[in-house]
Amino acid sequence: MTQDLTRLSASDLASALRNKDVTSVEATQAHLDRISAVDGDLHAFLHVSSEEALATAAEVDAQRAAGEELHPLAGVPIAVKDVVVTKGLPTTAGSKILEGWIPPYDATLVERIKAAGLPILGKTNMDEFAMGSSTEHSAYGNTKNPWDLDRIPGGSGGGSAAAVAGFEAPLAIGTDTGGSIRQPGAVTGTVGVKPTYGGVSRYGLIAMASSLDQAGPVTRSVLDAALLHELIGGHDPHDSTSINEPVPGVVAAAQQGAQGDLKGLRVGVVKELSGEGYQAGVSARFDESLDQLRALGAEIVEVSCPSFGYALDAYYLIMPAEASSNLAKFDGMRFGLRVEPAEGPVTAERVMGATRGAGFGDEVKRRVILGTYALSAGYYDAYYGSAQKVRTLIQRDFAAAFEQADVLVSPTAPTTAFKFGEKLDDPLAMYLNDIATIPANLAGVPGMSLPNGLSDDGLPVGFQILAPAKADDRLYRVGAALEAALESRWGGPLLNQAPELKTTELAR
Amino acid sequence: MSTISRDEVARVAALARIDLRPDEVARLAGELDVIVESVARVSEVATADVPATSHPLPLTNVFRDDVPEPALPIQDVLAGAPQQENGRFAVPQILGEE
Repeated sequence: MTQDLTRLSASDLASALRNKDVTSVEATQAHLDRISAVDGDLHAFLHVSSEEALATAAEVDAQRAAGEELHPLAGVPIAVKDVVVTKGLPTTAGSKILEGWIPPYDATLVERIKAAGLPILGKTNMDEFAMGSSTEHSAYGNTKNPWDLDRIPGGSGGGSAAAVAGFEAPLAIGTDTGGSIRQPGAVTGTVGVKPTYGGVSRYGLIAMASSLDQAGPVTRSVLDAALLHELIGGHDPHDSTSINEPVPGVVAAAQQGAQGDLKGLRVGVVKELSGEGYQAGVSARFDESLDQLRALGAEIVEVSCPSFGYALDAYYLIMPAEASSNLAKFDGMRFGLRVEPAEGPVTAERVMGATRGAGFGDEVKRRVILGTYALSAGYYDAYYGSAQKVRTLIQRDFAAAFEQADVLVSPTAPTTAFKFGEKLDDPLAMYLNDIATIPANLAGVPGMSLPNGLSDDGLPVGFQILAPAKADDRLYRVGAALEAALESRWGGPLLNQAPELKTTELAR
Repeated sequence: MSTISRDEVARVAALARIDLRPDEVARLAGELDVIVESVARVSEVATADVPATSHPLPLTNVFRDDVPEPALPIQDVLAGAPQQENGRFAVPQILGEE
């Protein structure tokens, strides 16, 4: 095959593998070469596992040659966010406190990826412990946006989004606590899905906020996201919050949606997630997408979710409170860094303080201390307790809105990718990136971001679709329909319009 | 008006077991203040008649059958520890007093 294998969608690559037009070793090597050529600039990967990936690829090729029945995605390479534990591969969650740690077990979703025979290319960069919207809080340096290397790739999953947007991997895993899959998707022109809370096992995810965290697919097409969603989703007895029901038929929904018929579908525009604070080009693309959905037969209705105005406030109480508790495990005793105090007695308590003082970055310290404050005596009811009540109000808003509409839509992020450093000194401005994505995490409902055009600055814009809990299939039906209509107008995927990355000549 | 003083930050940092340098305490006092002021807004709508929600979907406790399952090999678990001794985690003295 002479065509560039890194440009294929995962589903097309899977077909080529099934038809034996190409081997998994060839496909995997092509992606590893691409990583060698562009990742010096992009820095999407913290660790590249060439040997392991090629070994898996060779194994899958042998099984295929022997006529064994394989998973549809067998042999298609994938990148995994570094917050997901991988047996034998370094896992740091972007933190110095875990530098060099090699987990003794696999996350459930990694077990499923391995069982299906997807070669794991490596681990992707992220904001430390998934705390951030730009990867600027990674302890290992920024990931660059393939559309403009001076700009952020979003966060926390900027590494996974940049790897997929930069054609280093056709598929990647992300995690989304307040938008860490969807916002990077929006600013890099890729597709990201946060499944219903409990839809994908959290076992083996290094937890930030346990009641909000959810893993999901990061891809270049809606169908690819559906294929990966079906692979990693489903019940897991190791996660007590895992939904014990079959995964909604997301692949079938994506295929149906691609036919382009949305007659009878009610699309709700959330009044509170538009207007002031949204970049003009973002709003313009959003309005055009609504017209497009209308042309496909959908009915557009306006819905109001008045409590969304408090979602960000509630999120920034619940998330740090849960994070401060989850991160207590980094005590310098069982794994990762241990630092002894410079002077005075060497006790466990003082070692813990010194280890965390040295091992945690600024944003992690900020959130753990805020969370500890919110949970400490005297503040619990006023802060954490009140935030949990806001959660109820947001759920009620969603319930009312889904009476009027089958899906809800909004821009994914208020702006396109900003420049490095622009918001680093202003935590609140950074947090505002997540204003449209956070309500879904608080309510547990599924959400998708897909590219819907370029803003006036030539940078990608994301379109967010939200569905009721356990109705993830609706995201794929609507997303695939819009994607097909947009791509026919653009003459191909939006990423075809991205600038070519400078490649480094391979030393062979 | 500052909600969180430097002393308060230092106290909470001690509870969180994070050693902070004096410049970090000063910076965090300013930054946390901004955040706390904004989150105090939630009290405006969180009235007594609204129940709290802890998890997005209603949860019931989950039990598995009470049968042994294989655990990770001890050496695999200890491999990531800063220090180990005789098949156990080696930790500094737990109590501050002799």
